[in-house]
Amino acid sequence: MSDPRVAGVGLTHFGKRPERTGREMFADAGLAALDDAGIDPDDVEALFYGNFMGELAEHQGHQAPLMAEAVGLDVPATRYESACASSGAALRDAVLRVRNGEADVVLVGGSERMTNIGTAAATDALSIAADDLYEIRAGITFPGAYALMARAYFEEFGGSREDLAEIAVKNHEHALPNEYAQMQQEITTEDALDAPTIADPLGLYDSCPITDGATAAVVTSEEYAEEHGLDAQVAITGTGQGGDKMALHDRQYLSRTPATEDAATEAYADAGIEAADVEFLEVHDCFTIAEVLALEGLGCYEPGDAIGAAGRGETTRHGDLPVNLSGGLKAKGHPVGATGVAQLISITKLLEGRHPRSDAVSDASTAVAHNAGGTVASATVHVLEEVGR
Amino acid sequence: MSDEVRDDGFDDLLDAVADGEGFYVECDEGHGSLPPRLACPQCGSQELSEEPLPESGEIVTYTIVAVPTPQFADDAPYVTAVVDFGPVSVTGQVRGVDPEDVETGQVVGIDVDETVTSGDRLLVFERR
Repeated sequence: MSDPRVAGVGLTHFGKRPERTGREMFADAGLAALDDAGIDPDDVEALFYGNFMGELAEHQGHQAPLMAEAVGLDVPATRYESACASSGAALRDAVLRVRNGEADVVLVGGSERMTNIGTAAATDALSIAADDLYEIRAGITFPGAYALMARAYFEEFGGSREDLAEIAVKNHEHALPNEYAQMQQEITTEDALDAPTIADPLGLYDSCPITDGATAAVVTSEEYAEEHGLDAQVAITGTGQGGDKMALHDRQYLSRTPATEDAATEAYADAGIEAADVEFLEVHDCFTIAEVLALEGLGCYEPGDAIGAAGRGETTRHGDLPVNLSGGLKAKGHPVGATGVAQLISITKLLEGRHPRSDAVSDASTAVAHNAGGTVASATVHVLEEVGR
Repeated sequence: MSDEVRDDGFDDLLDAVADGEGFYVECDEGHGSLPPRLACPQCGSQELSEEPLPESGEIVTYTIVAVPTPQFADDAPYVTAVVDFGPVSVTGQVRGVDPEDVETGQVVGIDVDETVTSGDRLLVFERR
């Protein structure tokens, strides 16, 4: 069994582009990925496409065939919806399809148009990743849900708003040279602490922005890459997925994320690595506390230990374990259905030495992408390795 | 969110809570959950019964929501909390107390009230 390769990647600039339709954004990303791969588009056998709120934002369901058509492909296409983990789930099935020998070339990606409906409607649309009957009707917003987890974490393990602010400062600094990022803006700890409260204890700078954008990647079999002489040095060597109860009040833990733990356990075993082998990560930091929960769930830190990691410098670009060198969802932006593949793209570019933050990981060969849906009722983890190192 | 069509299970629970007869769903292994359930979300058991919801529970976490969805535009700021009633936990809004005075560990009872914005029913918690 050989490991699928990332043959090409493409994405739009992430940001506020309310007038751009999802189909135009995905065409932009998909065509860039095909061009980057340098393959014959006729070789693509299927599209795996992530999107979360298309019905609400664009009055458009059944998006996958539309997106295949937008890229000029006549292939079977399926939309994946797992809230913010939609394209992580799409990627997982793309990897399995190729690895099982049932396809040699697939296109995977996602797009999300969000700013066209305004902040209030987008907040409402995002909230439906929670339990409608028992959470949304009690006034849960997504920042509110993560605020519940943040307070539970503080109560169990300690930590403070200052610790969370350090994560925002780090991810904003990481995004500075990233031309695709929504926020290329340095912030200070004071900026974060003084910002308006969204849902106590989380403030404006604890939250990722609302973002329009699309992403795509061409995934091929190792054999196809070799036969066609592709420059595809990054392999997807492990994939895992985990789940949890939908509503926070039905969970065993409010301050841990077992879905991430299960996805990581599966992906690491699949790749034949351990958490200690991971050299850098792109994790799902939709809110600052989410980065903490992710790093602990991924086994990089013991429960309670990741809260101070950014402040201690461990997860900055100068640290031993750089996290979210792209800027993360926090600064790069979070076009929900596109995010899982955005993480794959960032890691691929970082490993290939063509990302503005590649210098931070020039000796690294093993990285992890972590994508979470809702309050981590869904999670996917992928291990990426530079081949031949 | 329609007022015209009921949601079986959910509206039954709210009716019961409003009558002071709150309940939860318990499986034969003792796991609690909220209706409607045909299988226990913890263990899959289909041996389920309705049991009385304990009179009071403890706030395990809460947030003060400043930026709401449109359905709660006139309610904000408000406190949403998760309350542990023992066999089951419930999410609702804490009423009748200054948001700044809410703390984890406080003991509350459960009731049904309406949202300010739309008059929709919701589960609320009040200090005991």
